[in-house]
Amino acid sequence: MSVAVSGALRLERAFARARTERRLAVAVYLTVGYPDRASTGSLLRAALDGGADVLELGVPFSDPLADGTTVQRASEAALRNGVTLGDCLSEAAAVVRDRDAPVLFMGYTNPFMQYGFERLATDGARAGIAGVIVPDMPSEESSELDFALAPAGLLRIDLYAPTTPDDRLARLLPNARGFVYCVSLTGVTGARRALASDVAEFVGRVRRHTALPIAVGFGISAPEHVAALRGTADGIVVGSAAIDVVTSAPAERRATALREFVASLVAAGRS
Amino acid sequence: MSGRGRYGQFGGQFLPETLMPAIAELEAAFDAARADEAFQQELDRLLHEWVGRPTPLSDASRLAKLVGLRRVMLKREDLTHTGAHKINSALGQALLARRMGKQRIVAETGAGQHGVASAAACALLGLECVVYMGTEDMRRQEPNVFRMRLLGAEVRAVEAGSRTLKDAVNEAIRDWVTNVRTTYYLLGSAIGPHPYPAMVREFQSIIGREARAQWLERVGALPSVVVACVGGGSNAIGMFSAFLEDPGVRLRGVEAGGLGVESGKHAASIGGGRVGVLHGTRSYVLQDEHGQIRETHSVSAGLDYPGVGPEHAFLHETGRVEYVSRTDAEALEAFGVLSRTEGIIPALEPAHAIADLAHIRLRYGAEADVLVCLSGRGDKDLETVMRAREAM
Repeated sequence: MSVAVSGALRLERAFARARTERRLAVAVYLTVGYPDRASTGSLLRAALDGGADVLELGVPFSDPLADGTTVQRASEAALRNGVTLGDCLSEAAAVVRDRDAPVLFMGYTNPFMQYGFERLATDGARAGIAGVIVPDMPSEESSELDFALAPAGLLRIDLYAPTTPDDRLARLLPNARGFVYCVSLTGVTGARRALASDVAEFVGRVRRHTALPIAVGFGISAPEHVAALRGTADGIVVGSAAIDVVTSAPAERRATALREFVASLVAAGRS
Repeated sequence: MSGRGRYGQFGGQFLPETLMPAIAELEAAFDAARADEAFQQELDRLLHEWVGRPTPLSDASRLAKLVGLRRVMLKREDLTHTGAHKINSALGQALLARRMGKQRIVAETGAGQHGVASAAACALLGLECVVYMGTEDMRRQEPNVFRMRLLGAEVRAVEAGSRTLKDAVNEAIRDWVTNVRTTYYLLGSAIGPHPYPAMVREFQSIIGREARAQWLERVGALPSVVVACVGGGSNAIGMFSAFLEDPGVRLRGVEAGGLGVESGKHAASIGGGRVGVLHGTRSYVLQDEHGQIRETHSVSAGLDYPGVGPEHAFLHETGRVEYVSRTDAEALEAFGVLSRTEGIIPALEPAHAIADLAHIRLRYGAEADVLVCLSGRGDKDLETVMRAREAM
């Protein structure tokens, strides 16, 4: 029997390992239950096989107001497939158990609130997740959730945006744990042709207030984007582009296509 | 409870981080505008010259007789420019946007009244206007789509989810997140993150202030019951705000009962919802056991929304306002009744408040003096009503 490792420690180790290997850490977001319930497990494993360091499990919500069309459609499909937060916990527990992977939940306030923040913390810790990302819960509204997560050792990963002013960064970043998630652009999630031109400047502003690893997400869609972030960020998050790869591949090729896509991003992040 | 803009456990600012600086800027700008006499004078002037305020208070004696009440008076928001109370807040917010230097406005609309009001205010002030509207609502409210375009606004169809008001709000917020540096989000109801519920209440409070003074002058005492329809709740909060400190005045909010609350096909968030978070605020929300927002149903597009303003949630919790619901069928009947008794064709939204009069009589007796907020006129609903009558 091995000594239990917390999800938060798995997350910390994942970023440290990528750093040691002189590459950007790659976090892959997939909506649980998309395109169907049965394939989630194999897609998560395919992302890991492609070299993903961190998995973000998208908890479907009916009204994902921070998400672009790709995640909206995936979320709608998952809900039609009857996916619940309980299913997300089961998928997380399985991939943590089998692959010792660092897993985060990304989902909106209301489904977490209805499940119960304390129950989420307890069940999340039991499943081995590292923490949660809640795009419609700014730090001003997070005290109830933080209060529930802390005793269970779960993290709440804050998002920071290019519009976040320096004084706000200075006030909020000392409370950050795990890593810092920088939103690359002003906008919703979704694949983009090019990186926002001010990403480096933004990440630089954030870096002045934290020693934690910095991951950049929203709009990261191609190896060139990842390559362009070498020397700027410590990691990237890819979501919509990964889902697009899954959507456009024939059913029997989905896992392979995702693995190859993730591998191309990992390769592009090597210095 | 942490966070600003709380009404007890309700309210707050559940928004993406990208918008947090913008919402703080909005809050500061609103406070500054409220304290600025020149801003108030400009707003008052336009409310008078362009909107047509003050709106009259009409004694609906034939209606009162029919429902068996001593006195019923109607606050005639249907007589404002563009035909509904929505113009009060649309104008106030458009002036605020201009004051903040924002040239581009995004808005959502359900029945189309807020969209039309926003488009008109933007035309008046020379601002660019983009209105998001669910395709189901575009179908139900076709004339308003044309009105908005005529007024120079761009109407963007929203195909997501239930294709109604809730989805239009999602899309407007997504636009706002994307264009936050240049764009003002002109939210139509007393919902959403702080300061919207407070701001919409402030701009709509003119309804209650005028009505209270008009009633006092005409009757010499206050009404015993004030009733208004509640979707998000902007006309109701504007009306109620003047009477909250009058303990003798009973306040009634009428939600959309659709096919009946027990049928599950309704839009009564207080009557049939649970506390949750939707569109940036914590309030009563129609949702399933997993926290997914439920599809709503109402014959009236303006009430077809699965949430309600956080102040209404609070006023329900404290018991200051009594919230009830009236069905589609009751509203459709009241639509005809008001038309025939008073020569006023109401919008289907306030027809729910008219439909409540018979219940007010049962509850408070024939001696009740009732003030009704007639929030809008019914031209937009003629086709819906014709179809509903054919189906009967």
